[in-house]
Amino acid sequence: MPIETHRSDDGSTLTICVDGRFDFSTHQAFRDAYEHSDGSVSCYVVDLSDTTYLDSSALGMLLLLRDHAGGDGARISIENCNSDVRRILSISNFEQLFSIG
Amino acid sequence: MKVLIAEDSNSDRLILVRLISGLGHSVIEASDGTEAVNLFREAQPDLVLLDALMPRMDGMEAARQIKAIAGERLVPLIFLTSLTGARDLARCLDAGGDDFLVKPYNRVVLEAKINAFNRMRAMHQALSDQRDHIRRQHLQILEEQRTARRVFDNIAHTGCLDAPNIRHHASPLSVFNGDVLFAAQRPGGGTLVFLGDFTGHGLPAAIGAMPVAEIFYGMAAKGFGATDILTEVNRKLRRIMPVGMFCCGLMIEADFKYGSVRAWNGGLPDAWLVRSSGDRVPISSRHLPLGVLEPERFSVSMMVIDVSPGDWLVLMTDGFPEARNGRGECLGEDGVESVLAKLMPWHEPFEALLAEMREHTGLPDLADDLTLCCLQIIEPGASESLPGKAPESVLSGPADWHCVYELRDRTLADFNPLPLLLHICLEVPGLRSWSGEIYTMLSELYNNALEHGVLALPSAWKTSPGGFSRYYQERSRRLEQVHGHHIRFSLSHQPGEGGGTLTIVCEDSGDGFDYAEYTAARSDVPMASATGYAGRGLAILRRMARKLRVHSPGNRVEVIYDWRLPGTATSGGAALPTNEDSE
Repeated sequence: MPIETHRSDDGSTLTICVDGRFDFSTHQAFRDAYEHSDGSVSCYVVDLSDTTYLDSSALGMLLLLRDHAGGDGARISIENCNSDVRRILSISNFEQLFSIG
Repeated sequence: MKVLIAEDSNSDRLILVRLISGLGHSVIEASDGTEAVNLFREAQPDLVLLDALMPRMDGMEAARQIKAIAGERLVPLIFLTSLTGARDLARCLDAGGDDFLVKPYNRVVLEAKINAFNRMRAMHQALSDQRDHIRRQHLQILEEQRTARRVFDNIAHTGCLDAPNIRHHASPLSVFNGDVLFAAQRPGGGTLVFLGDFTGHGLPAAIGAMPVAEIFYGMAAKGFGATDILTEVNRKLRRIMPVGMFCCGLMIEADFKYGSVRAWNGGLPDAWLVRSSGDRVPISSRHLPLGVLEPERFSVSMMVIDVSPGDWLVLMTDGFPEARNGRGECLGEDGVESVLAKLMPWHEPFEALLAEMREHTGLPDLADDLTLCCLQIIEPGASESLPGKAPESVLSGPADWHCVYELRDRTLADFNPLPLLLHICLEVPGLRSWSGEIYTMLSELYNNALEHGVLALPSAWKTSPGGFSRYYQERSRRLEQVHGHHIRFSLSHQPGEGGGTLTIVCEDSGDGFDYAEYTAARSDVPMASATGYAGRGLAILRRMARKLRVHSPGNRVEVIYDWRLPGTATSGGAALPTNEDSE
C-alpha cells in the first residue's frame, strides 16, 4: 500500500505515511486515510520519509486535508521531506499553511 | 461459434465434424491448406482446427496466412497432429498456432480446449471493443477541446503577446494542460503580463482559466494595475474552484516610463530579470498560489526592480525546468540558470533557452505542457505604436459636466481611484480614443499628489540605484499612517467642435513643492536631464495638455486638455500642445 496510517496511543493524532510517488494516483487512498477516521483526531501528521516525488495534485490533496481538518484552525504537520519534496512545498509557500519539518 | 476444420484425411475429418457439431458449433470443412485459407477469408470462422501435414499447402504455411488475414482479430488456431516430437510441436506454435491436439482425439480434452479458447476469444473481443471505445472517446475529446479552445480564444485573445518586445512559446492546447499566458498594454503605457499554471489538466483547468482571462483583460483595459487584478483573480478563483484546485501565477507590471518592474510570484519557478549588462535578478515565489487564501489573508506585496531598456524578463511554468531527456533527467532550474549565465550580450534569452531545450530533449519541438515567455524592456513611448483601436462613432452621452471626487485617509491607502475616474471621462462620446493620454494625466497627477504631496516622499530617491525599493517600502509604511489628508479631483468637460475640452484639477492636502524649480524645466529641456523624476512627470503633462498650471503652494495642479475625434479636419491631430507657463 502506498498509503499507511496509524494513530497515537491516545487516538488524537493520525499519522499518514505516503510511500513512493505522492501524485494523482494516490488521490483516493489519501482521502480514505483521513475521511474514515472518527472525530477524535485533533492533530494530523503527514510523514513523507518514503515519498520520492510530489506534484501539484498532491499539493491539492494537502489542501483538502487542511479543509477537512478545520481550515485555518487545522493542526497538520508535514514531516521528513526529502530536499526535492521540500523544495516543491516551499516554491508554493506551503509553510504559510502547514508546519513543515 | 463457427469452426473451420482443415484435414486431408476424410475419416479423421468426419470424426471431428461429428464431435464439434455435437458440441453445438457450426462447422466449415477444408481438405487442404489452400482451401482452408480461401474458406477462412470468405467465412471468417471464430476458431480454426488445422492438420499440420496436408497436400498443396501444409498446416504451417496455412497458419501463417490465416493469422495474417485475421490481423487484429483473435482467431484461436489449434494444430491437429500425430507428431509427438517436442521440436515438431514447437514448430506448430512458432508458425502462429495457439495450441495443438494430438491424434487420436479425446472428446473431453477437445471440448475443454474449445471452451478455453472461446473464453480467451471473448475476453480479447471485450478488450478490443473497449479499446475502440476509448479511441473514439479520445478523438471526441480532442475535437471538443478544439472547439473549446476557439471559445477560449475569443475570451482570452492574444492581447499584445505579438508585440515586438514579447517572445513566447505556448502550445495551442496548453490551456488544457493548465497553462495560461496573457499580456496587455496598460492605457497609460507599460505592459502587464500574467503567466498561470492551474493544478490538474483538461476541462477543469480550462474552465478555471476563463474567468482569469476575463478579469485580466477586462481590468487591464480599464486601467487597473497588477495588485488590483491579482486580488480579484484570487478572490474569484477562491470562490469558484473546489478546495485543492488552485493556480500558480506570476504577474509582471512593467513601467517603461519610470524604468521599473513590479513582480508577484505565487508558486511558479523563479522568473529572471536578465540585464543587458549580464547581471541577473531572480524573481522567486514568495506567495501562495492564487485561489488558496481567503481574500482577507491574500497578500499582493510586489517585488520592485529598476530596469533599463534592453533588459529581458524571463517567465516559465514548471514544465520547462521539469522537461525530461531520454534518460529521464530534468533540465532543472540550475540548467535554466546556467543558460542565462552563459548569455552573450547579442543573445536573446528566449532563443538560447529554446536551443538548450532542443539539445536537452533531442526533439525539434517543445512539449505541450510548458510555457515560456520573455518580455524586453523598451524605451518609454515605443509601446504606444500599438494597433490602433477603431474610432467610435459619436453616440449620445454626457459631454458637458463637472464632478468633484475626494478621497480621504484610509481610502488613500486602500483604493486606486484611477479606473473610476478614467471610466467617468471615457463616458464622453469619442473620448475613449484618447484613453491612454487621459489615464497618463490622471495617474501622473494622482501619484504626484499622493507620493510627493500627501506622503512627502522625496522624488530624488527614485533616481539612485536601488532607491526604488526603498522608495516603495517607505511609501507603504507612510500610507499606513495617513491621517487628516485628502486628494480632491475636480473634473469638467465641455464639448467643442468635433471634440471637447477636459479640465482636470488635482489638489492635495500636502505642503506643496518648490514648483518654481520644475517650471524652469521647459519642454525643450531633454526628458532624461537631471531635473529628476517629478520634473519628468510634469514634462509629460505639459506635452499632452494645452495648459498646465501649478497653483501656490504647489499642491494644486490644473490641466486643460483639448481633444478632437480622429479624422476630423485639423492640422496635426488631436491635442495641439501650446505649452503654458505655470502661475
